[in-house]
Amino acid sequence: MDIHEYQAKEILSRFGVTVPRGGLAYSPEQASYRAQELGGDRWVVKAQIHSGGRGEAGGVKVCSSFAEVEEAASEMLGKRLITRQTGEAGKSVFRLYVEEAADIAREIYLGFVLDRKTERIMVVASASGGMEIEEISVSDPDSILRLIVEPAAGLQDFQARELAFGLGLDKALTAKAVKVFKGAYRAFRDLDATMVEINPLIVTGAGELVALDGKMSFDDNALFRRPEVSEMRDKSQEDPREAYAADRGLAYVGLDGNIGCMINGAGLAMATMDMIKLAGGEPANFLDIGGGASPERVLKAFRTVLMDDGIKVVLVNIFAGINRCDWVAEGVVQAYAQADIQIPVVVRLSGTNVEEGRAIIAESGLPIITADTLADAAEMSVQALAA
Amino acid sequence: MAILLDETTRVLVQGISGRIGSFHAEDMIANGTNVVAGVTPGKGGTEFHGRPVFNTVKRAVAETQAEASIVFVPPPFAADAIMEAADAGLKFCVCITDGIPAQDMMRVKRYLRRYKAERRMRLIGPNCAGMISLGRAMMGIMPAHIYLPGRVGIVGRSGTLGYEAASQMKALGIGVSTSVGIGGDPVNGSSFKDILELFEADPETDAVMMIGEIGGPQEAEAAEFARDHMTKPVVAYVAGLSAPKGRRMGHAGAIISAFGESAQEKVVILESAGVTVAPDPSSMGVTIAGVLNRMGVAA
Repeated sequence: MDIHEYQAKEILSRFGVTVPRGGLAYSPEQASYRAQELGGDRWVVKAQIHSGGRGEAGGVKVCSSFAEVEEAASEMLGKRLITRQTGEAGKSVFRLYVEEAADIAREIYLGFVLDRKTERIMVVASASGGMEIEEISVSDPDSILRLIVEPAAGLQDFQARELAFGLGLDKALTAKAVKVFKGAYRAFRDLDATMVEINPLIVTGAGELVALDGKMSFDDNALFRRPEVSEMRDKSQEDPREAYAADRGLAYVGLDGNIGCMINGAGLAMATMDMIKLAGGEPANFLDIGGGASPERVLKAFRTVLMDDGIKVVLVNIFAGINRCDWVAEGVVQAYAQADIQIPVVVRLSGTNVEEGRAIIAESGLPIITADTLADAAEMSVQALAA
Repeated sequence: MAILLDETTRVLVQGISGRIGSFHAEDMIANGTNVVAGVTPGKGGTEFHGRPVFNTVKRAVAETQAEASIVFVPPPFAADAIMEAADAGLKFCVCITDGIPAQDMMRVKRYLRRYKAERRMRLIGPNCAGMISLGRAMMGIMPAHIYLPGRVGIVGRSGTLGYEAASQMKALGIGVSTSVGIGGDPVNGSSFKDILELFEADPETDAVMMIGEIGGPQEAEAAEFARDHMTKPVVAYVAGLSAPKGRRMGHAGAIISAFGESAQEKVVILESAGVTVAPDPSSMGVTIAGVLNRMGVAA
């Protein structure tokens, strides 16, 4: 789960990281009010969307009067920002963050991720802040410092100092840097994050270390014990199909194609999408109906897939282990009765209770196209598209 | 004995009283597994199909000499159950549970490293289908009837894609020695390499079908192992050629976040290590058949 910049900064500041003063605004008037509240003579209006690359997409504006703040805010609110991370659909701006402008002397990159090789939290830092880490790894790979944290002991002072010296920070800043690194690490560990990124972490003209931007993602598997994190979910930033599916306990990822997929198991789902592509088609989504799916769950999955207007064909591919082909078949038949299905549906059933499942499909008299193998299923879906 | 598991292995079921645990414990018994006891805290003293149920793993081991356990405990408590198994001195543990927090798994891995390598419990999973040694025993949730007993080992992250491979092989008359699901989580117990090592040493396995997917470094590590330490051929398939970068595809670990983690990159890494890669998921069976033919081995 992702959260907004202002939420990440709120969390980080609770863990001892200094952030600029700022306030949230939902309207242009409120944005200008926030600027007056903050005082000073320069402010930054920042669109709150779940994506990086906001600056170049027009989502960050430096202003030097209240009128400018109001104008920037009215320009951004309600707009769909298309960044290099959002895809063509973009993300809608419903919240703004108005911040005091900072006096930037240096920009540093600081990130925390779960390193799958060592199975530990890794700190990544670079003196070339302000750019995405992907860009840094191309333009200045030698500047990237990496450090692994021993989970039982946590990030130690000497490690934080090593980073600070490695980044070439003035020695007067060492103690402050240690506080920032350890605070951000604790935020990661204590809240079950999967990623914390402060980019840039700046050194101000007055010699302070300040998190100018903040990004956090959280482990979905740990949300059950982090109600304070779950609360920060913003569905307006999610693909509506994905939000609908997530609320019904289905793993769904929206894609750009026109063959809707309903499959059991993440691996088989990915493999089926690969087959569709090889057969010359484009999958519209990834959807895993999970194990032990009841007819009701199959029906829910069907509704989720059909929410996508671009769908021209639906492919159901089930290899039942703990699932039952007869339940899946019943769910498909119910979907015809309850949802308005006007497009071809291809069904491939295999595994537990396959004969019963096939009989239900055959006896339903519905125009369902049946396939025996994975290859046939993909082939028939692409043919149905052309028909 | 195929690998890890046979009909003599004394198996404990953690979470045997739950809906899922009891259902699969029955199925495991029906498939020849020597289930000697169950553990559910608070249900000690009861019975499950004539097997005793204990409050703690330690007690169950003391009373029944159990050697291995399978965990069907819900996600918030699963990491604790795995550590309890390790502490009781079990040789290996299969964890089926899907949805364990990544930091809990980091703690489990750290806990397992407390033990010297020769006394360390081997963990399979979590978020996996478990394992089956054909015609002998099963510690998992797979439908046993889709496999033909034989001499090819299967190791994969995904359960259902493993079934797909087994059924394609069965259609061609190729059988399986042991099939192992290592699970779809980013932090897991045994890696591809760990299981390849066991298959390489197993006299009843001639070749290995390895089913990878996007995300993580384990396929690359396995490729290196196959190249440097294996005499038996490995056939691989990597799911997710059409998966976009940065999106999590169902499995918690199926996300392309670094160089070398996409399906395309993994295919290149595997092929350059001499592993035969099935070009698509419907040709896993024919690809392994081709390799067996070249070896002159009848499966």
